[in-house]
Amino acid sequence: MKKLLAVLISISVLSACSTVKRGGVFDPETFTLDNGMQVVVLPNHRAPVVLHMVWYRAGSSDEPQGKSGVAHLLEHLMFKGTPKNPDGLFSRKLAQHGGQENAFTSLDYTGYHQTVATDRLEMVMSLEADRMTNLVLDPKDVKTERDVVLEERNQRIENNPGARLRVIANQTLYPKNHPYGRPIIGWRPELAALTREDALAFYKANYAPDNAILVIAGDVDVANVKRLAKKYYGTIKSEPVQPRRNLVTTTAIKGGESILKDARVRQPVWSQTVLQPSLTNGDNVRVSALEVLNEILGSGGTSRLYRSLVIEQKLAISTGTYYDSGARGDGHFVFYASPRANVDLDVLAKAVRTQAQKLIDQGLAKGELKRIKTRMLSEAVFARDEMKSGAWAIGSALASGHTIADVEDWPERIAAVTEQDVIEALKAVLSEPRNITSKLLPLSNTKEGS
Amino acid sequence: MKFIYVFILSLLPFAAHAVDVERVVSPGGIEAWLVQDHANPLVSMRFSFGGGSELDPQGKEGLAHLASTTMDEGAGNLDSQTFQGSLTDQSITVRFSAGRDHFSAQFRTLKSHEDKAFELLRLALNEPRFDAEPVDRLKSQIEAGLKSDEENPNTLAIRALFKGFFPNHAYARRAKGTLASVRAITRQDLVNFVKMRLALKTLKIGVVGDVTPKRLGELLDRTFGALPLNPGPSEVPDVTVNAQGRTIVIEKDLVQSSILFGHGGPKRNDPDFYAALVMNHILGGGSFTSRLYSEVREKRGLAYSVGTNLYPFEKTGMIIGRAGTENSRVQETLDIIRAEWKRLAEGDLNQQELDDAKTYITGSFPLRFTSTSAIAGVLVAMQENDLGIDYLDKRNGYISSVTLKDVRRVAAKYLKADHLNVVVVGKPKGIVSSP
Repeated sequence: MKKLLAVLISISVLSACSTVKRGGVFDPETFTLDNGMQVVVLPNHRAPVVLHMVWYRAGSSDEPQGKSGVAHLLEHLMFKGTPKNPDGLFSRKLAQHGGQENAFTSLDYTGYHQTVATDRLEMVMSLEADRMTNLVLDPKDVKTERDVVLEERNQRIENNPGARLRVIANQTLYPKNHPYGRPIIGWRPELAALTREDALAFYKANYAPDNAILVIAGDVDVANVKRLAKKYYGTIKSEPVQPRRNLVTTTAIKGGESILKDARVRQPVWSQTVLQPSLTNGDNVRVSALEVLNEILGSGGTSRLYRSLVIEQKLAISTGTYYDSGARGDGHFVFYASPRANVDLDVLAKAVRTQAQKLIDQGLAKGELKRIKTRMLSEAVFARDEMKSGAWAIGSALASGHTIADVEDWPERIAAVTEQDVIEALKAVLSEPRNITSKLLPLSNTKEGS
Repeated sequence: MKFIYVFILSLLPFAAHAVDVERVVSPGGIEAWLVQDHANPLVSMRFSFGGGSELDPQGKEGLAHLASTTMDEGAGNLDSQTFQGSLTDQSITVRFSAGRDHFSAQFRTLKSHEDKAFELLRLALNEPRFDAEPVDRLKSQIEAGLKSDEENPNTLAIRALFKGFFPNHAYARRAKGTLASVRAITRQDLVNFVKMRLALKTLKIGVVGDVTPKRLGELLDRTFGALPLNPGPSEVPDVTVNAQGRTIVIEKDLVQSSILFGHGGPKRNDPDFYAALVMNHILGGGSFTSRLYSEVREKRGLAYSVGTNLYPFEKTGMIIGRAGTENSRVQETLDIIRAEWKRLAEGDLNQQELDDAKTYITGSFPLRFTSTSAIAGVLVAMQENDLGIDYLDKRNGYISSVTLKDVRRVAAKYLKADHLNVVVVGKPKGIVSSP
């Protein structure tokens, strides 16, 4: 059942972080190098393995107008080489040592990570530090890699009606020219026109130690990490970086409905995305209340929406909510549902609204808040079980302009949420004018028999 | 004989670190492989029963899958919402899944809810209710998924590939069933499934976490003790992959074609398995350095994802690769893939490539051990494949002893460019299905 839900609501195109459960107390060690590079260490000694990540405070929302896709193209090009490690030697060396690696680009940040045996940490640090400022790009490689990214775009967006609808909806949800309104991978014509010079300009403007965060999790001790971090990253010259633009919006938007009809859609999906505060806005009480609300209303097979629409009324095959509080700009609260055969999407939308209103009118059931909070707080234990959870949670928070305290104080903030907070948060969601409805529909309107 | 409560038959170090695998046998004779980890107050368990979707009866394809999604929807006195509520509120994970050859489960609980969690698992295994409401609901979800699958390029491609590979074998049938077969499954079918298929004889258990062998022994007996010893009769014959170089085009209005290609490969118990693993790594394995990655993506920008994998099923073995490329460049991509297939089959391979592949395969293995559940999964796989409790220590040796001669021999034996069956979903230019 869970899997099906995941397939139908798979949302973020590239934003790797939205799936990471917020943990609780990871107890990180942190320090800053003289050149301004922040370092976070999360010791975990289960296996002789270490995860090494460098996060840059630069994502697709930092791209210059007209150059959409350049943050992500650069992420690909970072594997090409430096004078010291030319022609993809980075990946070859890493693989020779049994290491695994990848990279990701989101709206707010770009990250590079490797998992290696503990005794290979130094090698990885020397390689990653080298490519922070010494990247060399051959125009031919840039052209070839651009083709790779165009194929990636085909795979992720063009071949996927749900992804195409999300692109259309985001464009409508944010004011004109707002960077969150364009796809991370870029508009096709802009992406196809990107050059070596565009990539290098973005690199020079954003890749510097004082704009980066080093996160290391696993079988390490802090003193040793400190020594190595100084040796490899501490010697890189700091480069003052332009302050990042304000992304939080207050402007009214067009709103309304985004509809995509496609012959390949066999199962319609309805969703409503509502702009809400993220941790950026500083209203952490509201953020925590929205997290609890999300859990009560739309998380999993025992949530209010699922129970009412799927089990009792048999209108939907799946429904729920989710809330992203991690963005540097606005957060968003999303309702979604997918109908049983012959159920109209407007009927679903109305049923979702009715359940939300019922929560406002009747309040929480006895013991409901305590039960929900207990189960949310248990997640902290599970988050610590996975070596990478803390690294992702803290890395993404810092790269989005949030603080370690935002991550570490999470259990206290959740514990402090009151029923009143939850109801206020829901009222705010329902009355927010900056929202958009998305409908994914089959091409023909012929009703299918069940 | 109460005093011999639990036998600990072996204690083995792994990579000079603290992954010690213990063989625990409960008082009732149920075996589990255990790695104790007291760092965090939780217990993770994975287990599997022999036989997966390939044992679904004719006309009831999708039975194992439907059982996997409904066994946790009410059991004993607890209806679906009460059962699911107990799991969620106490942060207990009980999740079943049906593979081709095994019926598997994932289980995880906080130490503080251990008793309750194992009790819920016992109920799901022994007394699932299969009430009409959850069964109908899950069927409607599965049906929606099956309809969407009709437009999913990857699903369409793998179906067509297997249909060609296994003309008269259960592996060609659909693990999630068809609209008709799922509708045909009755409550009695689900009840029979549980009774006939979940038996102690084929049960393999891996446990990692904050639990002692003695305590685990108690929990195992309590949870699994009432299951029957032997499963119902079943017969799935071994099968050879039928690949003769056929091409199938499934026309869909897509910008990018999804391509699958493959033929027979070694089974897991093949003496050449490790040499084949090294061979696959060089050809199309999972780092950014394989030949296909380099030739198709890095040098020519033809695809975002390209690679190959070994698929050692219980009754057969396969090598399958995939790529996605613009419709006009499918032919070029396939030509390159076939050329690389041929080059390796002809023995074009040097010592450096072999050494790099071996250090990658040995060096990356411990990277899997990053959560209790992941380690439990490895413990189950070791048992399913009869690898021995000392496998974690022996694996490096198996890989290191692979020679150039071995890889060349295995490549010549398995890599047959002319035999590759190819499925393309999209509108590939200049490619048509074989007659």
